[in-house]
Amino acid sequence: MADAKVIPFDEGERRSLRAGKAGVGDGGDAPVGEAGEAGESALERGLEFLRRRLTGAYEVDDFGFDRELTDEVLMPLLRPVFERYFRVDVRGIENVPAEGGALIVANHSGTLPWDGLMAQVAVRERHPAERRLRLLAADLVFQLPVVNELARKAGHTLACAEDAQELLERGELVGVMPEGFKGIGKPFAERYRLQRFGRGGFVATALRARVPIVPCSIVGAEEIHPMVGNARTVARLLGLPYFPLTPTFPWLGPLGAVPLPTKWTIEFGEPIETGDQPPEAAEDPMLMFQLTDQVRETIQHTLYKLLMARRSVFF
Amino acid sequence: MGRTVLVTGAGDAWGSRVLALLRRDPGVGRLIAVDRRLPPKRLPDVEFLYTDVRRPTLVPLLAERAVDTVVHLDVREAPLTPGEGRSTVKENNVLGTMQLLGACQKVPGLRRLVVRSSTQVYGSAAREPAVFGEDSPPRAAAGDGFARDVAEVEGYVRGFARRRPEVAVTVLRFAHLLGPASDSRMAAYFRLPVLPTVFGHDPRLQLVHEDDALEVVGGAVAEPGLGAGVFNVAGDGVLTLTQAARRLGRPTVPVLSPLTPWVGAALRTVGVSGLSAEQFRSLMAGRVARTALLREARGGSLPHSTAETFADFVAAHGGGPLAPERLSRMVGRLEEVVRRG
Repeated sequence: MADAKVIPFDEGERRSLRAGKAGVGDGGDAPVGEAGEAGESALERGLEFLRRRLTGAYEVDDFGFDRELTDEVLMPLLRPVFERYFRVDVRGIENVPAEGGALIVANHSGTLPWDGLMAQVAVRERHPAERRLRLLAADLVFQLPVVNELARKAGHTLACAEDAQELLERGELVGVMPEGFKGIGKPFAERYRLQRFGRGGFVATALRARVPIVPCSIVGAEEIHPMVGNARTVARLLGLPYFPLTPTFPWLGPLGAVPLPTKWTIEFGEPIETGDQPPEAAEDPMLMFQLTDQVRETIQHTLYKLLMARRSVFF
Repeated sequence: MGRTVLVTGAGDAWGSRVLALLRRDPGVGRLIAVDRRLPPKRLPDVEFLYTDVRRPTLVPLLAERAVDTVVHLDVREAPLTPGEGRSTVKENNVLGTMQLLGACQKVPGLRRLVVRSSTQVYGSAAREPAVFGEDSPPRAAAGDGFARDVAEVEGYVRGFARRRPEVAVTVLRFAHLLGPASDSRMAAYFRLPVLPTVFGHDPRLQLVHEDDALEVVGGAVAEPGLGAGVFNVAGDGVLTLTQAARRLGRPTVPVLSPLTPWVGAALRTVGVSGLSAEQFRSLMAGRVARTALLREARGGSLPHSTAETFADFVAAHGGGPLAPERLSRMVGRLEEVVRRG
């Protein structure tokens, strides 16, 4: 817990934001008057939130992103995990642009996608502009009931070039983990060894949208569920890409699915600009491979650097 | 002498409004409506032909009247009459389009073809992008029901456009049509007292107001028109299904997805129509189409956004047991109680 930083929660700004939103919503007879007074209590805010949820007076974007639900429910649930449980140390957040589109490319590990969620919290909590990371997730996420609904509401969308480009062109911050299942479902023995970066489609997308690529290295997620085996037959039966066997899962049942409280570091590297490339660059396979390798190497080197500096897995 | 416009599928309420709108267009000299049923009310100066587009009677008609613009609206999701089965609907959509296009090909004077299609052509599945552009490739045969019909209709239209490059072919892919007096599938669903949904799925809905859809058809027919090409037609923004249900004040009943075919069948036997297996499937993923092309062509968004379209519908059909005003009052009362306590 030594270097767990506690960042003051910017109440004032959030509240004013919320007040603005409430005014726009058509939630019937909203209370007027009292809101202007200084002490807007948590109760009032809670009830106002309840009222908006019950009457449907909230907004979602084309991808199903529900900002209010994310800010009021999902983020408060994830924040303690981020601050207290994994004690995430965020570095290089200034490398994430304050506005406009950018593609954040990160390594993927840990059996369950906690790393993506923590990157989302990191960008929201630690970036001065409180940016929102729109993660690209595997199609499996959108096939599972409940999970698909939550993922869309949290601002995630399917990892495909169309959605990624659309989001980038709208000036959103998009997070992608090109290793995919190869990365998240790799055995513990191969930890921190980056897998193949797909076919580098993410580079083409960034080039087409002319946005910078920000490499992101996540240390700590590899050890949350040390995957010592993979029950392939079970995985095939359940239609999953892998079925992890860890020292605790599935032996301890659901309790075994609780991640280990490792100490995390998320480092954002220097952005790789794509704006100076000619428009036809996205069609050049050699440039594609070269840029993909550059991003991959950057992440791999940063991972090794962070691992060297790490004192222990848990502290 | 203005242009001669032929409209198919104009026999329903919305079709009649299309006819009335076209009648007001000074560029339109002669207006011919073709349908399998008579329009609800007679329109002055509209030649109404009670015929079936599936029969090859259209060729002499098109040539004789020197039709230069054909507006093909007879691509329907719901059956024309309640008893009609799915196969009749499909036959009407697909064979009707084939017959019509065959006739169109034989008419040298034809200059413009406007075809009604649907954003359902993009399908609706987890493996597909969240937002579709007009250039999104057609996805895995798009299931069976109406989506398949639309895909086939568009296929024939593309073939026609290739064979007759001098005809300006405009395909309008409408999102779910909704209006206060709408008889569309979506409207029938939202008129149910309790809305069945698929458990664990909250689809995004994109709607288009019937008035706006009218205007788009009018704009596509008028000079200079929208131009040739495919256009997604939808109001700005989206609503999720639960959000829509809450604004409408209707309770939702989540159904486990493997049970949906039975629930649909059971509801049909007790006389509740409008919930086919296909509709349940479309209640799982939802789809959103990009409307940039249309906005560019007509110089701005449609007058009604998705939310406004739905608000219009709510004004006519809302006020269910969970009406927003009532819930809002209840929250207010709860607040009072908590304060006093």
